[in-house]
Amino acid sequence: MSEPEKQQDRRKFLADGIRVAGVTVGGAMIGFLAGRRSHAAGTRWQIDPDRCVACGNCATYCVLDESAVKCVQCFDMCGYCDICTGYFDPNYKSLDTGAENQLCPTDAVIRTHIEGKAGQNFFEYTIDENACIGCGKCVKGCALMNGSFYLQIMHDRCVDCNECAIAVACPTEAFINVPEQKPYRLKKVAVALIEQKAKEGKDKAAKELIKRVQTDE
Amino acid sequence: MFKPTSKFLLLILQSVVLLAFASCAVAELIPTPTFSDHPIPTASVPDVDDSIWPILDIAILLAALSAASYFTLVSRSRRNLLVLTIGSLLWFGFWRQGCVCSIGATQNVSLAIFDPTYVIPLTVVAYFFLPLVFTLFFGRTFCAAVCPLGAMQELVAVRTVTVPRWLDHSLGLVAYIYLGAAVIFAASGTAFIICRYDPFIPFFRMAGNTDMIIFGSCILLIGLFVGRPYCRYLCPYGAILRILSCFSKWRLSIPPDSCINCQLCEDVCPYGAIHPPTAVQTAESRKKGKRQLVASLVCAPLVLVAFTWLGNSLADPLSEWHPVVRLAEQMRLEETGNATEQSTDATDAFRATGQPVDQLYQSAIEVQKEFRWLGGWLGIWTGLVIAIKLIHLSLRRRRDDYQADRAGCVSCGRCYWYCPVEKVRLGLIEDVSECLPIIDPPPKEKERVAQETTA
Repeated sequence: MSEPEKQQDRRKFLADGIRVAGVTVGGAMIGFLAGRRSHAAGTRWQIDPDRCVACGNCATYCVLDESAVKCVQCFDMCGYCDICTGYFDPNYKSLDTGAENQLCPTDAVIRTHIEGKAGQNFFEYTIDENACIGCGKCVKGCALMNGSFYLQIMHDRCVDCNECAIAVACPTEAFINVPEQKPYRLKKVAVALIEQKAKEGKDKAAKELIKRVQTDE
Repeated sequence: MFKPTSKFLLLILQSVVLLAFASCAVAELIPTPTFSDHPIPTASVPDVDDSIWPILDIAILLAALSAASYFTLVSRSRRNLLVLTIGSLLWFGFWRQGCVCSIGATQNVSLAIFDPTYVIPLTVVAYFFLPLVFTLFFGRTFCAAVCPLGAMQELVAVRTVTVPRWLDHSLGLVAYIYLGAAVIFAASGTAFIICRYDPFIPFFRMAGNTDMIIFGSCILLIGLFVGRPYCRYLCPYGAILRILSCFSKWRLSIPPDSCINCQLCEDVCPYGAIHPPTAVQTAESRKKGKRQLVASLVCAPLVLVAFTWLGNSLADPLSEWHPVVRLAEQMRLEETGNATEQSTDATDAFRATGQPVDQLYQSAIEVQKEFRWLGGWLGIWTGLVIAIKLIHLSLRRRRDDYQADRAGCVSCGRCYWYCPVEKVRLGLIEDVSECLPIIDPPPKEKERVAQETTA
């Protein structure tokens, strides 16, 4: 056998060896990673509402044109105030639904009169999810009072990016990974309230919600 | 009547009073009223979008990889590769918006190996390993026509110049260092830097911050003149594929049978990945080569030690990227009164959680300790890469015809379009001599012949 041919042969042998080793190592790694999967669930991004400061980055940094983050109302924390600091612009002209009086730029907070008693009027504030852009203006306003509005990643919209662009921009590390099966978070105060409500058993939605909420315990 | 401004003041006053209340008695909320005929509702939350995308993504990747390998090795068709490239760009890039991608998957895999609590999605595992396996067998066909980032640059490489060899080799090292950095940042849970500095994501998503749009545009502009600048000098996944493709079972070979040494392929390759036949060795060049090899073998350990030291000493600045370290640093500045601002959003949010500060400091110290190790490893890796490059450059390999570089060739298939032997195979021309009018006698070939005759 001539020298170059011998060299060729040596190279081929080396390449074959490395290829077999590579495929084996790769297979072992896949097995290792898949094995780890079987006793734990995958994760999704979510906002920890207790750490969120409603800075407004959620509306602008999400890779989707219309952010996957939306405002949610936790009715059990709401005071049903007449002068809602999450609904009205601090410079409101009158206490009505006129656009110039509202904080929300897209008219996504709906104000409904519920009851008037003892000279007080109570209003319910619901979020129109289709209109909400997740700017957090109402959340910031509501934080002055009860803080029942909070921002949340809606998982029917979230594309679950490898590194969430909003998480990078978030000033308070409020973006966390939560289990796929329980991809939502509530404020600590709200967890107790919703748990209580679920226990009473009258509210089906509360039961459903608490099942899908990750808590620290 | 109040004026609007006084209303505002009242609100602020109200909130200050409320905040004061809130701080002395935890969560003193305005009570939720009870209504006679209106139950308090509960907001519903949407389900996780559990679609068939993950399976579909894997199936499409597998199909694209198989097609690219078939077009490169069996049908040897540049046109089909080009069509597939455009298809991949539209699908993986613009439709799936570049996520999940194999390049970024490197980070998920490193995080999954180092952090047992992190669960890696199966799609990501497939996106990381499938192209590696294909490369081990068929060469870099993933780069050729499947990767959307490569596709983007492949389509703009129209007026390419030859990058000087020394520059090409030195810039090529950056990709390996970037790979090392990406792995340690992902493994420590600091950041996914590949995703953060992905140049084409802003184009795929038609949205992004200004810096990244400028960076992406620069890469594309440079890409007009320097073929695939991201793939060659930055891509960390490309760095892995380069190594693996050196050992691939089959790979692109330029002429279907015997090379006529016309040099057309070398001229047309935009990536400088085709090597001309080597000149015949003289006694002098042999001596010079030996000297070079000895010098690089002596240098290698020195380089390794120097970079290990460098990596170790860079550990602290590197750890500053970690959110915990950053937060702890800010807290320390504020506690000691050295901060420029009284508090930031981050420290406010941290204080609101009620966690003790010492615990934060402790975990920051843990992270810094971890970075001593990781920084050292990054140093060793960098030193190793440079040392191997030095040794590799001083090794001489004999070539009798034009050959594609095992590592650098991305199997784009441009050389097929120009190779006269290939044209004969396709039946486009009768004989290679029909191409001769456009073939100038290649200077390197002439040199070689001249040397052979003198020797």
